[in-house]
Amino acid sequence: MTVGKKLWAVIIIKLIIMFLVLKIFFFPNFLKTNFKTEKERSNYVIDQLTK
Amino acid sequence: MEHIDFSLVDWSRAQFALTAMYHWLFVPLTLGLSFIVAFMETKYVRTGNPEWKRITKFWMTLFGINFAIGVATGIILEFEFGTNWSNYSWFVGDIFGAPLAIEGIMAFFMESTFIAIMFFGWNKVGKKFHLASTWLVAIGSNLSALWILVANAWMQNPVGMKFNPDTARNEMVNFWEVLFSPVAIDKFTHTILSGYVLASIFVIGISAWFLLKNREHVFAKKSIRLATIFGLISAVLIAITGDNSAKMVAKHQPMKFAAIENLYHGEANAPLTAIGMLQQSNEPAKHDFVFKIQIPGMLSFLAFNNTDAFVPGIYDLLNGNPEHNILSYKERCEKGKIAITSLGEYKTAKKSGNDSLAKAALIRFEENYPHFGYGYYADRDLTELVPNVPVNFYSFRIMVGLGFYFILFFAIILFFALKDKLQNKRFLLYTALWTIPLAYIAAELGWVVAEVGRQPWLIQDILPTIASVSQVTPASVQITFWLFFVIFTGLLIAEIKIMLTQIRKGPENAAEVTQNSQIN
Repeated sequence: MTVGKKLWAVIIIKLIIMFLVLKIFFFPNFLKTNFKTEKERSNYVIDQLTK
Repeated sequence: MEHIDFSLVDWSRAQFALTAMYHWLFVPLTLGLSFIVAFMETKYVRTGNPEWKRITKFWMTLFGINFAIGVATGIILEFEFGTNWSNYSWFVGDIFGAPLAIEGIMAFFMESTFIAIMFFGWNKVGKKFHLASTWLVAIGSNLSALWILVANAWMQNPVGMKFNPDTARNEMVNFWEVLFSPVAIDKFTHTILSGYVLASIFVIGISAWFLLKNREHVFAKKSIRLATIFGLISAVLIAITGDNSAKMVAKHQPMKFAAIENLYHGEANAPLTAIGMLQQSNEPAKHDFVFKIQIPGMLSFLAFNNTDAFVPGIYDLLNGNPEHNILSYKERCEKGKIAITSLGEYKTAKKSGNDSLAKAALIRFEENYPHFGYGYYADRDLTELVPNVPVNFYSFRIMVGLGFYFILFFAIILFFALKDKLQNKRFLLYTALWTIPLAYIAAELGWVVAEVGRQPWLIQDILPTIASVSQVTPASVQITFWLFFVIFTGLLIAEIKIMLTQIRKGPENAAEVTQNSQIN
């Protein structure tokens, strides 16, 4: 296997793990997942900061 | 902030630190090696000497391995912002978004486009076009770093923004103030120069290995000469930018400065501790010197260009010092508490349509906003506002010590390289090889000082870590911490393995390159 092929394999495997596994299953965006609108998000953060 | 789960804060911090430190294993080599390769190819194009093409292609391959394995490891940090640090992500608003968007659109695409030409364009495009692509990759890589470092500098010294109490977000009011803040300029130059030093040491160390193995003498000597000159210039410049960094820290982050120096009681004509050893004191959050070697007046000079200047200590900042107009942390906490309460009152008044109450609350909030973050510590132990002193003290001294060692190292290597005697100095060649890990240690410790030193702040004085974390379970952060540990360790092993194989293989056959050069 040439170095180029090895690197492409590493890049592809890495991107699949990052975007199709980690991002989807482990790293949902907390505010986007739990709140629908920007208004709800800002209200939530203000509540968090001032409680 | 009544119920702060410290295990959540600590695990979220540990995860971010792990990811950032692994990411920084790949980045500095990309930053520096891209320019070294560009210099090498320039030599080839100007002289037409095919040996320079061999040299360029060999180091370009190592650059490619590092780039391919390191690319996108920084994206994980952005995932973490959204998941673990959602309050912070929202709060920083477009201050972080704008530089990162520019990085994504301009620098990353520029880098990606020309990297394809750089690797696959040999013999397919003209020599000059290929060279231009190599330079654009180097410039693009460094521009990518610029925007990230501008964002980091803003966190250390938030300028050019205004907090919008209706959206709970900071809004950029002056892009140029953010981009050209002295902290940002210094952060960028100091950081990229550390990459140049690291890459130079990498090239010298590996070339030294070839000389030790009695292989590729011409290749190794030419590589060493070029990398040593680049490294020496960068190492001297890094000392200058380091001095500027210290002045910036003394001005904008005095607690970090005091922690780095283990300075508890401020003084004029303050001495710089060149070497020292610490032990825990009986007093809270205090460390005593077991021994120390100090340079009188040097700390005052380092911080303020004046040996008579007063440098505040940790206790001056915690307890205040009216003589030097230093507000105590207790007072700052009270003002911060007013800012936090006023923000809540403003929101409630706006909701109920009471404009006069909202206006009064907003005035109180804005008056006290510079102390906003201290409000979260109003009912807490104030020593939580002191960063880890031993970590800062030792990390700083090891980093600076290595920095001076690198200057000496480059000077000695250059001296023997110019005399063409380096190949006979086996001790020096082994030293060059073993200096490679030291360069990585210095680069990582630089970030340790920058980031551990500013604790507990994510945004200096405005937002601490305890107010920034998302309400997720500590267990979920622990799981992803170990997941990252496994993935990044795997990537690092892959990098080292592929790189070592390629290094052992050496540069490609001279005859092949000469033939290709004639075609080209």
